[in-house]
Amino acid sequence: MRVALFITCFNDTLFPETGRATVRILERLGHEVEFPLEQTCCGQMHFNTGYQREAIPLVRRFVEIFSPYDAVVAPSGSCVGMVRELYPLAAELAGDARLAADIEALAPKVFELSEFLVKKLGVTDVGAYYPHRVTYHATCHSLRMLEVGEAPLELLKNVRGIDLVELPEARECCGFGGTFAVKNADTSMAMLGDKIRHVLDTRAEICTAGDNSCLLHIGGGLHRQRAGVETVHLAQILATTEEDTNP
Amino acid sequence: MKVKTPDAFSKGKTPRFEESAKTALADTQLRRNLGKATKTIREKRKVVVEEMPDWEALREAGRSLKERTLRHLDEYLEQLEESVTRAGGHVHWARDADEANRIITSIVKSHEAEEIVKVKSIATDETKLNEHLEREGIHAFETDLAELIIQLAGETSSHILVPAIHKNRAEIRELFVRELGAEGLSDNPPDLANAARLYLRKKFLSAKVGVSGANFAAADTGTVCVVESEGNGRMCTTLPPVLVTLMGIEKVIPSWRDFEVFMQLLPRSSTAERMNPYTSFWTGVSESGDGPREFHLVLMDNGRTDVLADEIGRQTLNCIRCSACLNVCPVYERVGGHAYNSVYPGPIGAILTPQLVGIGKPGPDSLPYASSLCGACYEVCPVKINIPQVLIHLRGKVVRKKQDTGGLKSKLDPENVAMQAVAKVFSDPERFEQAQKLARIGQWPLARNGSIHRLPGRLAGWTETRDLRAVPEQSFREWWKTNRGTN
Repeated sequence: MRVALFITCFNDTLFPETGRATVRILERLGHEVEFPLEQTCCGQMHFNTGYQREAIPLVRRFVEIFSPYDAVVAPSGSCVGMVRELYPLAAELAGDARLAADIEALAPKVFELSEFLVKKLGVTDVGAYYPHRVTYHATCHSLRMLEVGEAPLELLKNVRGIDLVELPEARECCGFGGTFAVKNADTSMAMLGDKIRHVLDTRAEICTAGDNSCLLHIGGGLHRQRAGVETVHLAQILATTEEDTNP
Repeated sequence: MKVKTPDAFSKGKTPRFEESAKTALADTQLRRNLGKATKTIREKRKVVVEEMPDWEALREAGRSLKERTLRHLDEYLEQLEESVTRAGGHVHWARDADEANRIITSIVKSHEAEEIVKVKSIATDETKLNEHLEREGIHAFETDLAELIIQLAGETSSHILVPAIHKNRAEIRELFVRELGAEGLSDNPPDLANAARLYLRKKFLSAKVGVSGANFAAADTGTVCVVESEGNGRMCTTLPPVLVTLMGIEKVIPSWRDFEVFMQLLPRSSTAERMNPYTSFWTGVSESGDGPREFHLVLMDNGRTDVLADEIGRQTLNCIRCSACLNVCPVYERVGGHAYNSVYPGPIGAILTPQLVGIGKPGPDSLPYASSLCGACYEVCPVKINIPQVLIHLRGKVVRKKQDTGGLKSKLDPENVAMQAVAKVFSDPERFEQAQKLARIGQWPLARNGSIHRLPGRLAGWTETRDLRAVPEQSFREWWKTNRGTN
């Protein structure tokens, strides 16, 4: 199986450690990972903000670059959601039936990391060790667009040493929403305020999720408050083993 | 909060959502009232939906029934006209709000009525019927308890189903004491309801004309349906000798049998009840002399055929006005209905309003952006309207309209300039890598210990309450090239 890593522009630039962790997990499970260097961005920010004509060339690039692989894995539910749910709309807007057909063939091969591990590979124990009190925020797109369900929690439950605590109202949005966080900053902050309150209620030291965009938001609020809670991507927890507690 | 500003359906400009939201978010009483009310109804809904083994099949049935209706809307509407006429009713066609108001006013005037009683109806809020009648010397009495509350308060509705959701019982008590002269009234809900009942009972008995909206109308039998909780609707539709119903054309359903599906979906989704207390059905006028002797059905377009013409947007017309999407929406829960400046608030309002009034107006154009796209609305929608998808589709229409008709000003808009520049960066991996390096260098005046505390310009909204992680020393692709070769 030829597995390609779709790092996402956001992780590539801001969270390289999440990418390294994803590579580590997949290699530890015996997969050879390829990273096509031509990749840039899936076009989600443009598409969701309304700059959809501008997103079409990015959609074409993505389809061209990733179509040859058997599986494409990304440590982001949101960007995978873009490909699976919204690329067909982009093709429709472009009026390009060929592109639509290519998307139809590619979309089912694009996976968010936790669903790739649990649903595609059937692995729920990746041999991780993480001796911390952790709470899990279910990101909206992984939950409701991709329907990853319990996959991230199944993986976390099998991490040795972890003290996993349930996050109250875990299914509620943190208020990030891409450009929403800037365009509707007041509403976004009001949502974040409640999310942070729930995170603090768990007394966890780490808040994790499958998407760094949500974590950038939650973490940004926690950091501003000097709350003493860190945000760490799910991949980094799963990559950590007893040999090294610092991925 | 006193709200009687123009909305998307009245003449005049409306504020953008984010401006109105700022004010609403600062209203602590509103936040508490809404947080409590939406949480209660969310939890109740969950119970009555989860007990249904075939809920998903019902949703699918509701969606496909609505979509079939919309595909053949012209035929079903003509069939409905025939059925209602055969049963002794009169059918009128209204292209827009003005025409609907004129038709209703002339019916009321032909009976020399100066007062009418009304069943809760958003369609008449959309047309501003009450204001129109008032100008013609006719006073409309709202008889739904919540509608009465906001009418007495001089406010507008803030929820599709619970128009006074923004008010608590202490506020309502004060209002009744002031407006109804109900001295010594307690804030006990039954006492409040009784005060309203005493006030309204006389109106029901004396009004010559009742005006209602419609939840559904079956094309095959001509049966119109109003679903309600209080019984005021039953009285409005049976006591006055003349009944006028204003209905958006998308409310028609193919047949009487289809109520089987919708009557299971609607009460559970809206009031979180297995069955609502009052469901009134009427077919024209009765021969026995029971109920109204004259029935008029006004079928209104008012932008709906434009919505129908949009292949992605048309699913919005599936809506059965249950308001489940409002109750689960994290945005609505915090800002309330008035921030949407429309008779249709919440997620459904954010897609329905701009489509009905047309793209290109600053206030309504801001509504598709009033969402984090979390998808909670789509998950609960009983007729499976993919609200996030339509929101995104409408954002595209808003931007394209600006770009195509806004001239130089829209080209120089900072957001447009930034988006074009970023799109160019993403079009080429080398350019992208250069931009990553530039960001790392460019952030130095802002970044301290790996964190940015203040951003300039339009991005400042982020750092008002949030720090931002600074761009780290090495990008992933740089690491890959160093450690894994170029692949």
